[in-house]
Amino acid sequence: MKKVVFLFIGLVFSFSLSAQEHGAETKKIPSVQLKDMEGNPVNTAELGIDGPIIVSFWATWCSPCKRELNTIHELYPDWQDETGVTLVAVSIDDEKTKRGVPLYVNGKGWEYVVLMDPNGDFKRAMGVNNVPHTFLVDKEGNIVYSHNNFAPGDEEELYEHLLKVVGKE
Amino acid sequence: MPFHKMKKIISLILAATPLLTFAQTEEFSVTGNAEAIFQYLNKDTLIGANQPAEKALLNSYMNVFMRYKNFKGGMRLESYLPRIQGYPNRFDGTGLGMRYVGYENDFVDVTLGSFYEQFGSGMILRTYEDRALGYDNFLDGLRIILRPKEGILLKGVYGKQRLSFEDGKIVHSQGIVRGADAELHLNSVLKPLKDKKLDVSVGASFVSKYQKDDRDDLILPENVGAYGGRLNMRYKMFTLDGEYIIREQDPSVDNGYIYNFGHAALINFGYSRKGLGITLSAKSVDNMSFRSDRNKQLQDVFINYLPALNKTHTYNLVATLYPYATQPLGEIAYQAEVLYTIKRKTKLGGKYGVTLNANYSCAYRPNQTNINPGDSSRVVYTTKPYDMSDSLYWQDINFSIYKKFSKNFNLKLNYFNITLNNDVAKVTGDAHGLIKSHIGVAEMGYKINRKHSLRAELQGLFVEKYHGQINDKGNWGTVILEYSISPKWFFSIMDQYNYGNPTPSKRIHYIYGSFGYIKESTRITIGYGRQRAGLFCVGGVCRFVPASNGLTVSFTQSF
Repeated sequence: MKKVVFLFIGLVFSFSLSAQEHGAETKKIPSVQLKDMEGNPVNTAELGIDGPIIVSFWATWCSPCKRELNTIHELYPDWQDETGVTLVAVSIDDEKTKRGVPLYVNGKGWEYVVLMDPNGDFKRAMGVNNVPHTFLVDKEGNIVYSHNNFAPGDEEELYEHLLKVVGKE
Repeated sequence: MPFHKMKKIISLILAATPLLTFAQTEEFSVTGNAEAIFQYLNKDTLIGANQPAEKALLNSYMNVFMRYKNFKGGMRLESYLPRIQGYPNRFDGTGLGMRYVGYENDFVDVTLGSFYEQFGSGMILRTYEDRALGYDNFLDGLRIILRPKEGILLKGVYGKQRLSFEDGKIVHSQGIVRGADAELHLNSVLKPLKDKKLDVSVGASFVSKYQKDDRDDLILPENVGAYGGRLNMRYKMFTLDGEYIIREQDPSVDNGYIYNFGHAALINFGYSRKGLGITLSAKSVDNMSFRSDRNKQLQDVFINYLPALNKTHTYNLVATLYPYATQPLGEIAYQAEVLYTIKRKTKLGGKYGVTLNANYSCAYRPNQTNINPGDSSRVVYTTKPYDMSDSLYWQDINFSIYKKFSKNFNLKLNYFNITLNNDVAKVTGDAHGLIKSHIGVAEMGYKINRKHSLRAELQGLFVEKYHGQINDKGNWGTVILEYSISPKWFFSIMDQYNYGNPTPSKRIHYIYGSFGYIKESTRITIGYGRQRAGLFCVGGVCRFVPASNGLTVSFTQSF
């Protein structure tokens, strides 16, 4: 019995040590089966993207989300050249507004990877309360920054974190 | 302790350490979020706001989702001490509101406990949570998802729905829900279709519910089935989707215990290329309220979800005064939307381009022919899919134009023309017949410098007179000013003025001020003031929120 207790204490100890070592920001993208805008299946943990990723949760009915993604849209070619970043826009539109997603994305000429999360599975797994909620993921797949709002200027804060991630700061 | 034993333990610990270190970084993960909403309410007789006996109200939630290798588990604790205004009044106490365990690999995904699921477009089965509405109809039971081969997806579900949360415990609906769904991506499954430009997938669903016959005077079907199929096609820039669902006889409080079958049909067409998007949708619904308890009403224990075919509006006066939700007993609805961006660096487009959006939606009563008057069959009418009458339930015509004038200034102008049949889709007790409204909104954004910006909305709502009388509460005007300091602060003030109310003493200013602080994934907002009564809707599901006057503090955290 004692042995078990010792083992348990040892486990907890090593567990907490390793947890401290890696800090709070070891969160990774959880695996959820979604579809992209064309209906192809996508596993969120295996996006197959090289370089850093911005994951932005949005909806066609969310004005600040659209402001954020339209603002980044204008800067996106530069950001891509400078950092190799890919933006993954996750639409949480349900069946009522889902059909408006390709309409809006193409109508605005966005060049993002767009994923559909009509029943909120990925939203839940990522711990998102409300949109817009934007995550920055480094090359190793660690979530290093997140922000639950959009005001003009927030894109520059995001860009600074992005530069840090690629070691250009 | 003998030395050799000690050594054994130490070596065990040492052996376990790297394993766990690895687990923490690579294979063990915890995510989730927390939310709390606090209200302190004052009595305000002018707007009809009450003060609850407790004066202060608090809703709080925490989700925790864990994953270890292929295992997963999650739970939500929730707490109502007591619930905030507008929430179902039976919610009360603190406890586990949702929990599950599961195992998942590339082939199988099994869950036991609470789960959220959607078959096809959800018209046959959809369980989901919408916190803002206080809505959660998850199934509690077993779900198995199989992916036997690329392009094949099979699902089976079995459970009881969440009806309520009382005394800190989940309360289930009476009926048991069983369902199965299959989806095939034909291009993956059939070799001749591989690499063809036409992309096709098909699906089929079956859902059945069981509830004991609880009436002496009727012979109620205890097992009620629903079934249907769907087709999704894509060819280059074109998409065409359709789904058709039939529900067997399901006499209920909703439909007045009739023995008609029900149906729901939805067709969507889409075309989009860079700079242009078009969608057309057509929906037909008849006798399609499908709940796991035939005696429930309002928003309780719906097994299916009938999407309303109209745009989800975001401007306050447009969204909350005259919203529309699907009539589950029957409606024929259409929607068309076009979004077009005039290219930048053209004469009309200017430096940044101009975005134009037009949207039309309508819903009508289906044509029904009464049959079997007074006989015992209780099959009371016949109808056909998409056979509509000229009785209007809802119509919405709206336009918007957005232009960015400079790096610092942008403007969006909107016009909405909304007609709502208040006798059918009742949203207010003060109006009769058709409410016809015109709404204009101007939204401006001005970036003062890198971090400081200002946003303003001017909204006006004008209601047409009904037989010479002011209809409903008459005209409204709204001004919103929002000042934000990126990335952490925002301040906003809103004044809604019901200047056109037929009763002069009710021509009231509803003033509400708020500010917020955001640090990464923590968000705190504090607001104070008057809020008018209104219908708060998400995805065509609405809840009535009474008028209030007081303080609201909300906190959200993701992790």
